[in-house]
Amino acid sequence: MTTVAVKGFSWRHAGRSAWAVRDVELTVEPGERILLLGPSGAGKSTLLAGIAGLLPTDTGEQEGEILLDGRPPTGTHRPGILFQDPETQLVMARSGDDVAFGLECRGMPAGAIWPRVTETLRTVGFGHPLDRATAALSGGEKQRLALAGVLAPQPDLLLLDEPTANLDPAGAELVRAGIAAALADRRRGMILVEHRVAAALPLIDRVVVLSAGGGVAVDGPPEKVFAEHGASLAAQGVWVPGSVPPEHRTTRTAGAELLRAERLGYRHRDRPTPALSDVDLAVPAGQVLAVLGPNGSGKSTLALLLGGLVPPSSGRVVATPALAAGGRGDTPRRRDATVPPHRWRAATLAGRIGSVFQNPEHQFVAARVRDELALGPRRLRRPAGEIAATVDDLLDRLRLAHLAEANPYTLSGGEQRRLSVATALSAAPRLLVLDEPTFGQDLRTWRETVALLGGLADEGRGIAVVTHDTDLVGALADRTVSLAAGRLTTPAEVA
Amino acid sequence: MGDTTRSLRWRTIDIVVASVVGVAMGVVFWAWSLLWGGIGVAFDFFKPAGGLGIGIWMLGAVLGGLIVRRPGAAVYTELIAALVESLIGNQWGWTSVLEGVVEALGAELVFALFLYRVFTLPVSMLAGAAAAVFATVWEWFTYYPTWTWGWKLAYSGFGAISGLVLAGILGWALVRAMAGTGVLDRFGAGRERARTV
Amino acid sequence: MRLAPDLAPPDARAARLNPLGKLGAVLILSLAVLASIDPVTPTVALVGVLAVLPFGGLAYDRLLRRAWPVLFGAVLVGVANMLFAADQGGAVLLAAGPVHLTTGSVAAGGALGLRVLAIALPGVVAFATTDPTDLADCLVQQLRVPARFAIGALAAYRLMPLLADEWELLGLARRARGVDAGRNPLARGRLFVATLFALLVGAVRRGGRLATAMDARGFDAATPRTFARRHPFTGTDAAVLAGGAVLAAVALAVSVGTGTYQPLVG
Repeated sequence: MTTVAVKGFSWRHAGRSAWAVRDVELTVEPGERILLLGPSGAGKSTLLAGIAGLLPTDTGEQEGEILLDGRPPTGTHRPGILFQDPETQLVMARSGDDVAFGLECRGMPAGAIWPRVTETLRTVGFGHPLDRATAALSGGEKQRLALAGVLAPQPDLLLLDEPTANLDPAGAELVRAGIAAALADRRRGMILVEHRVAAALPLIDRVVVLSAGGGVAVDGPPEKVFAEHGASLAAQGVWVPGSVPPEHRTTRTAGAELLRAERLGYRHRDRPTPALSDVDLAVPAGQVLAVLGPNGSGKSTLALLLGGLVPPSSGRVVATPALAAGGRGDTPRRRDATVPPHRWRAATLAGRIGSVFQNPEHQFVAARVRDELALGPRRLRRPAGEIAATVDDLLDRLRLAHLAEANPYTLSGGEQRRLSVATALSAAPRLLVLDEPTFGQDLRTWRETVALLGGLADEGRGIAVVTHDTDLVGALADRTVSLAAGRLTTPAEVA
Repeated sequence: MGDTTRSLRWRTIDIVVASVVGVAMGVVFWAWSLLWGGIGVAFDFFKPAGGLGIGIWMLGAVLGGLIVRRPGAAVYTELIAALVESLIGNQWGWTSVLEGVVEALGAELVFALFLYRVFTLPVSMLAGAAAAVFATVWEWFTYYPTWTWGWKLAYSGFGAISGLVLAGILGWALVRAMAGTGVLDRFGAGRERARTV
Repeated sequence: MRLAPDLAPPDARAARLNPLGKLGAVLILSLAVLASIDPVTPTVALVGVLAVLPFGGLAYDRLLRRAWPVLFGAVLVGVANMLFAADQGGAVLLAAGPVHLTTGSVAAGGALGLRVLAIALPGVVAFATTDPTDLADCLVQQLRVPARFAIGALAAYRLMPLLADEWELLGLARRARGVDAGRNPLARGRLFVATLFALLVGAVRRGGRLATAMDARGFDAATPRTFARRHPFTGTDAAVLAGGAVLAAVALAVSVGTGTYQPLVG
C-alpha cells in the first residue's frame, strides 16, 4: 500500500530558465485512482517522472520534495511507470524475457521468476507464448507487454503517461483492457495522464488539474470537476466527456482530378505478402480524401506511393496535367503527364506533391526554422525576393514567427507539426499527402491541425490523409475510403 | 552527489546511448560498405589509395568518445558498431570486430592522453587519425602482409588523412550539431551550448 | 535492408551450443591461421570447419547464401596482394607502372585470400548460429562481463531493424522535401551526412527514453541481479572449444610437416 506525498515540488531542467513544474502540493492515498490533467507545459510528465524517482538531482534544480511511503523514490523503491512509446520500453528480443527483466533487476530468485512472468502475462491478457519475438508484435501488443513488464514486480502504485497516445484504436483497446485488469486489485493505486478522458472515466475516482502557472488548480471527484470546469478544460486541450468535436459539415465541391491510383500494388522485396493490392482511387483538388485503416493495413505505404516517393510493384500512379501544371513558375513539359511521380526529380516533386510524414523530425533538414521554410522554394530556383516573401508569409500563417531562428528539433510537438505542414507548403504544391497528421496530439493541437487542413482544402488544394483517427475523418473528410490488409474495403461517402 | 555529467562512472544513459549510437553506426557502416564494395573493386588497382575511404569506419569510436566522454566509450561504441555490421553480413565478416576494437584503441588512447577532459576539434582530429593508423597497421598484418614498406606506409598515410577528416572533423561537427538540437542535454557535449528556453 | 538469411533453424544442434564455446574455437583457429601466410594452413582449417558443419545441422547451400560477401571480400584481398606484393619472384605476367603481377605474387595473393576466408567463414558460422540474448547471458554468467553493459547492448540491438527502416525512411523524407543527389558524388556525400545526422539524433533520443524506462524498472539499483535464463557450459561445449584448438594444431602441423609453412613474421 503506497502513499505519495508531494510537498511544494518544483523542478527546473538544467540550463532552462522556465520551471517545468511549480509548487505542486498533492497527497495520494493508497488505492486512489487519479486522472492528472492540465495544459501543455504544466508539467504533468515531469511530475510523474518525479514521483517515479526518474529526475536525477544533477540534471536540474529541485525545490520541495516527493516522498513515497516516507522515503524519496529511488532504485527498486519506485512505483511502476508506463510511458507513451512501446518501442523504447521493451528491452529484450523475446516477450517472456522482457517481463522477466524487471524481476531480474530486483534480485528475485530464478525459480520464482517464470511463474510470476506467466501469471502477469495472463493478467494483462497477453495471448502469445513466452518466446514470441517482440519485433513481431503490433503496437498495442507491445505496449501491453510493456505493461506486463511494469506489473511483474507487483507495484502498489501504477503511473501511466499517455499510454495509448501512439496507438491505433484497436491497440488502445488492448492496453485499456490490460490496465483495467491490473486495477482489479483494489489495493493498487494509479495516476493517469490521458487526453482522451471518456475511455478512462470508469477507472478513476479523483481528478487533479495542474495549472499552467504552477500549483494544483482543481482537485475533486470526476463528475464535479467536469461539471464545473468542463469548458475551461476543453479550452486547454482536454477531451472532456461530452465535448466531442462536431462533425464537419460543409460542402466542398471537388475540383479537377489531380492524382489517380490505378490497380496499385506494392510488395517490399524482403516480405512475402504484398503491403497493397489492387488499390484504385482518385484525389481531386479542393477536397479532403481520407484513407482510414488500422495499423498494418498498408496506409503508410499508400501515402509513400501517392507521394511519388516509392515506385509501385504493380499498377500505377498517374498525375493529371492539372497537377503537373502545378506550382507557379513550374513549366510543365508535354511528356510530364506520362512520367509517373516516382520518376520526377525531387525538386519537381516537392513543387507538385507535398508529403508530410508521421514524425515531423524525419523531415527536418536545416538548423533554423527559417531555413527549413526557404529550402523548398530554393530548390525550385525561385528568386530570392520571392523566397523571403514565402517564408515570412508561412511564418505568420502558421504562427511560427517567434520561432524563426530556433532549431527545429527544439520545438514542441504541436509546433513541429505546424512546421512540417509549412515546409510542405513552401514549395506551393497543389496536392498534400499526410500520414497520421494527428498522431499523439492533445485536443488543442488536434483542432489546429483540422482547421489548417480544412483551410488548405478550401483554398483549392487536394488533400489526402491516411489515418486511423476516426474523429479526424468525421471532422474533416469529404470522401473516405477504408483500407484493410492492403485492400480497399467498401468505400464510404461522407457527405 | 556531484555532477554526474562530468564523473567518469558510466550511468545507464551513457551505456544505452553509446549502445544505440553503436547500433546506428553499424547500420550506416553496412550501408557504406555496400557502396564501398563496388568502388573497392576499382580501388583494388590502387589499393593503397583505398586508405582514403576508411575514415568513416572510425566514426563510431570518435562519436562514442565525444558524446559519452568516459574511459572505454570509444572502444565500446565501435565494438557494438562492428558487431552489428558483421552480423548484418558484410564482406569482412567478424574480422571487422577485431579490427574495430584495435582501431578504437587508437582513438581511446588520444582521449585518455587528454585525461577525458578535452574534446575540441584538434583532439577529435587526432583521435580520428590515430584510429585510422591503428586500423591500417592491423591490416598490414591481417590482409596485406606481402606489401612493400612503401605501400604499407602509403596506405597508413592515406588512412590517417581519411580518419582525420571523415572521423575527426565530421564526428566533431556532427556532435556540435546534435548538441544544438537539445538531444545531448544530459551529456557534457550538450552543456556547452547556451540555451534560453 | 534485412538481416542476412537464416543459416540454421533455431533448434539445430549448432544453435543450441553455448556461444562462448563456438566463438572461442573460432578465435583460437583464427589466431593460428593469422600467424601464417602459406596456403596449406588455411586450407586445412577450412576443410576441417566445412567437414563438421553437417554435425551441427547446417547446410552448405544456406552457408553460401549467407556468406557470399565474405567470399567476395576474400577475392578482393587476394587481388590486392597479388598486385602490390613486395616479393616479385617468378615469371612476370603484367607490369604497368607501380603495379606488378608475377606468378610468385599470384600464388602469395591466392594464399592470402584463402587465409582471409579461413578466418572469416568460421566466424560467420559461429555468429549466425548464435542468439544475441544467449550470447549476452553467457558473457555475463561465464565471463563475468558487467551485466549493465551486456544488457544495455542487447536492448540497443533490439532497435536495429527500427533504425535500419528509419535510414530508408529518412532518404524518402528528403526526397519529399526536394532534396536528392543524383550522380554527383559531392551531393551524394552531403546527403549521406545529412541522413546520418538525422539518424543519430533519433538514435540518441530513443536511447535516452530507453535508459529512463530501464532505470524505472530498477536497472540502476544496487541490488545484485539474478538470472532468469541459465546457460551452463557443458562437456559438449568444452569439446567444441577443444576441437577448435585441435584443428588449429593440425593445420599448423600439416603445413610444417609438408615444408610449406611460412610464418607471418620472420
